[in-house]
Amino acid sequence: MTAATTIPDGALAPPGEGKRTLVQAIGWAAFALVLLWAWKGADMRPLDLWKDSGNMKTFLAEFFPPDFREWKSYLREMVVTLHIAVWGTVLAIVCAVPFGLLSSSNIVPIWVYQPVRRLMDACRAINEMVFAMLFIVAVGLGPFAGVLALWIHTTGTLAKLFSEAVEAIDPRPVEGVRATGASALEEIFYGVIPQVMPLWISYSLYRFESNVRSASVVGMVGAGGIGVILYEVIRGFEYAQTCAVMLIIITFVSTIDLVSARFRKLFI
Amino acid sequence: MTSGAALSVEGLSKSFGGAQKALSGVRLAMRPGEMVALIGASGSGKSTLLRHISGFVAADPGSGAVRVGDHEIQAGGRIARNVREQRADVGFIFQQFNLVGRLTVMTNVLMGQLPRIPTWRSLVARFTREEKAEAWRALKSVGIEGIAWQRASTLSGGQQQRVAIARALVQRARIILADEPIASLDPESARNVMEILARINREHGITVLVSLHQVQFARRYCTRTVALRLGEVVYDGPSADLDAGMLRRLYGAAVEEMLDGTETIDAVMNDPVVAAALAPAAASA
Repeated sequence: MTAATTIPDGALAPPGEGKRTLVQAIGWAAFALVLLWAWKGADMRPLDLWKDSGNMKTFLAEFFPPDFREWKSYLREMVVTLHIAVWGTVLAIVCAVPFGLLSSSNIVPIWVYQPVRRLMDACRAINEMVFAMLFIVAVGLGPFAGVLALWIHTTGTLAKLFSEAVEAIDPRPVEGVRATGASALEEIFYGVIPQVMPLWISYSLYRFESNVRSASVVGMVGAGGIGVILYEVIRGFEYAQTCAVMLIIITFVSTIDLVSARFRKLFI
Repeated sequence: MTSGAALSVEGLSKSFGGAQKALSGVRLAMRPGEMVALIGASGSGKSTLLRHISGFVAADPGSGAVRVGDHEIQAGGRIARNVREQRADVGFIFQQFNLVGRLTVMTNVLMGQLPRIPTWRSLVARFTREEKAEAWRALKSVGIEGIAWQRASTLSGGQQQRVAIARALVQRARIILADEPIASLDPESARNVMEILARINREHGITVLVSLHQVQFARRYCTRTVALRLGEVVYDGPSADLDAGMLRRLYGAAVEEMLDGTETIDAVMNDPVVAAALAPAAASA
C-alpha cells in the first residue's frame, strides 16, 4: 500500500526509469559519433562500389574459369602449409599447458600469474605475420619461420584460453585430492586437468583450424607454404591461378573445420 | 602432553573478519578408536573446526594447536610445513563427496595412494597390481566393487560417498573427519553410510569424528557427542544424555532444525509460500 502511494497517479513508469533511458540515449549517441568520426579516416566511399561496378565485373571475370594447370605444386605447398600448422599448434599446446596453469589465479599466487599473463599478452598482441617476418631474418626464408611465428602467437592465445578454463573449475574435487595428502603437482594432475581436459582439447582443435588459415597467410611474407604461391600469382596478375589457389585453400580449411568439429564432439 | 591421543585440539579460535567468531577457544581430545559426533545448527562452526583439523585453514595468529597422533597439523595460527605428509593420516569425507567426476571410481580410490608412491609414477598414473588390489578390497568392503570402472559422475550420492570412504581406507587414514557426510543423501543411503563409518571404526580401529545436522544419528551411532554453538563447545559427553530438554537448554528455538528431519519437512510444507507454489501442480494432477 505504501509502495502504491509513492507513484503519482497517471505515471506509467516507476520512478528512476527516466534516468535509465537517458543513459541509454547518451550511449547510442556516443556510438553514432564514433562511427561518424571513423568514416573519414577509413576513407569510406560506398558509392564507388556502384559507380565502378563495370570495372569490378571485368576484374571478377578474369578469375574465371580458375586455372588449375599447376595443381600439383599448389597441392604440394598446401600440404606444407598443413605441416606448418601442425607443428606450430603442437609446440604451442605443449607450452600453453604450463603457461596456462601459471597464469591461473586459483593455482599460483598473484606475483606469478600477473607477470606470466603479461608475457602471454605480448605473445598474443603481435600478429603472426609480424613474427614471421622477424623469424625470416633469424632462421631464413621457409616453413620453419612460419612454424616459429605460429608457435609464439598460438602459445599466447591458448595459454589465456587454458587459464580461463582452469579458473572456472569446481574447487571441491581439488580439495578432495588435497585431503588425501597429495602434493601440489598431484592436485593439478588429478583434480584440475581431468576437469579442464574437454575444454582444452576443444580449444586446441579450434586453434589448429585457425592456424591452417594463418599458415596460408604467413607464407605471403616468405615463410613457406601455399602463401608464397598466392603472393606470386597475385603480384603477377594471374587471377585465374589466384582463383584456383583460393579454391584449394577454401576446400582444405572447410574440410579441416568439419573434421575437427566432429572430433571435438567426441571429447565433450 | 598428548600421551597417545588420536586427536587433540586446544584453544582454537578463528574469526573471518566479522565481530562473531567462527571458533572460539575450542578444546577437543579424542582417544584412538573413538567415534564422536559433532553436532550444532548451521553456522555453529562444525565445518570450520574440521577444516582446521585437516590443515585446510589456519587459525587466528597465536591461537591454539591441532595435533593428530604425534604430528602437529598447526600451532599458533601457522600450518605445519609438512602438512601434506600429515594429511595422509587424516581421511576427509565431504558433504558434496568431492570426487573427480570425469575419472573412474577406481582412479578416485587409487588417489588415496598418492602420498605413498613415487611422484613420477603418480604423474603418469601408473599403479602396481598390489595397489589396485588394495583399492579393489576397499571398494568391496563398502559394497560397490561392481561399479569400479564407471565414471564417478554417473553414480548416485550414496554411491559417491562410499567411494569417498573407500578412498580414505586406501589412504590408510588413522582418523577420518566426516563433514556432514549424510546431509546430501536420502534416508536409506544416509543410514548405509553411517553403518559403514561405524563398521570401519569398529573393525579397522579408525578414529572417526563425524559432524551431523540431526541429533538422532548422533545418538544412534556415537557414544560421545560434542555440541557446538556459535563457535564454542557447549557440551561434550555421552550422546545418551542429549534429550530434547538438554538440547533446548543448549540451543533454544534453533533446536527444531536439529531434532528430526520430518519436523523440518512439515514446517516447509506448511509454509504458505510453498503451499501456494504447489497448488497449481496439485490442481492439474
